[in-house]
Amino acid sequence: MPTTVSMTVNGKKVSGSVEPRTLLVQFIRETLGLTGTHVGCDTSQCGTCVVHVDGKSVKSCTMLAVQAEGSDVLTIEGLAKDGKLHPMQEAFREHHGLQCGFCTPGMVMSAVDLVKNNKNPSEHEIRDWLEGNLCRCTGYHNIVKAIAAGAKAMA
Amino acid sequence: MYSFDYQKAGSVADAAKAATGEAKLVAGGMTLIPTLKLRLAQPSKLVDLGGIRDLVGIKAEGGGVTIGAMTTHAAVAKSADVKKAIPALAVLAEGIGDPAVRNRGTIGGSVANNDPAADYPAACVALGATIVTSKRKIAADDFFKGLFETALEAGEVITAVSFPAPEKANYQKFRNPASRYALVGVFVAKTKGGVRVAVTGAGEGGVFRKKSFEAALSKSFDAGALDAVKVDAKGLNSDIHASADYRAHLIKVMAKRAVQAAR
Repeated sequence: MPTTVSMTVNGKKVSGSVEPRTLLVQFIRETLGLTGTHVGCDTSQCGTCVVHVDGKSVKSCTMLAVQAEGSDVLTIEGLAKDGKLHPMQEAFREHHGLQCGFCTPGMVMSAVDLVKNNKNPSEHEIRDWLEGNLCRCTGYHNIVKAIAAGAKAMA
Repeated sequence: MYSFDYQKAGSVADAAKAATGEAKLVAGGMTLIPTLKLRLAQPSKLVDLGGIRDLVGIKAEGGGVTIGAMTTHAAVAKSADVKKAIPALAVLAEGIGDPAVRNRGTIGGSVANNDPAADYPAACVALGATIVTSKRKIAADDFFKGLFETALEAGEVITAVSFPAPEKANYQKFRNPASRYALVGVFVAKTKGGVRVAVTGAGEGGVFRKKSFEAALSKSFDAGALDAVKVDAKGLNSDIHASADYRAHLIKVMAKRAVQAAR
């Protein structure tokens, strides 16, 4: 049975009609039209769907939209401010932290959460944190470099 | 996913009342939602525990810790109380899944699900934890009943897990290189009542105690004490990831590492 769900996404109050089985990522992409959040594996492994819910990184393909009722959600579209890229996005561009770009939204959202928890992460800590974000192009090297630089820029 | 009804429980009593028949409780949903997506389960209704504040939090009590059922793995990993009382438990929590999964997955959900390769069941059994529910208190030894089976009855909700502090403990996990679940995980705890060793990932019936290791380590808490103890491959899992013999070998290797690292 359809139900109405309301939450704050990227600072704006939104609501929409969903089924209980509607995933948060479906609500974000299909109802709100915010297609920056991707669906890669659909089995909670690849991390392209990572968004922040109440300030914590989560896999939006493994959460129901109804579970996010009343939450504060941040997606990749909410990072840039006044036409200026977030320092982490800028670092990914600067350090060529992507090739095809499919995993990038999840990588960036995970990276921003990492820096919230750990202001100056070591290379090892960055690689460890990326356990749940898969990239099939770059071999992670430039992603790790980008995150280290992004962390410095966010300080 | 098949369709289902959804109810956000306002209290444990609410949840217990609603969780009857084909309804299912959802905690963090890190196992249940993927299971639903694969259409491996078809509950009539999901009863969400996510809104019950009383179930979240960690209390230091009598030297040990009591962890609310809806406390996330990330919160356990970070908790100063857990790190102080049972550092091995904080390390175990930090090793579950990945950061985003740890931000949603809960101890109550993990314990209730009793995945044969999950980490928490090994900690509960080795530390002699008590599973506190809406109805009673259940010793970990009596709680885990087999693959995905527990002593929980219909309408019974886990509210907390209480861990007494050991003298020393450690958990060593040999991760499946793809899924990162425990191919074999061994939790060793030196407690006032003796040494307890619990093995996850390896047994056909889920978590089990390794009594022969406990006897040897109770005499001498030293990795060398396990050299002469044989591990039988009977009753161990054999699959594409590892044979029963390989798992038997790993049980001893992981146990010895855990003894060496115990603090």
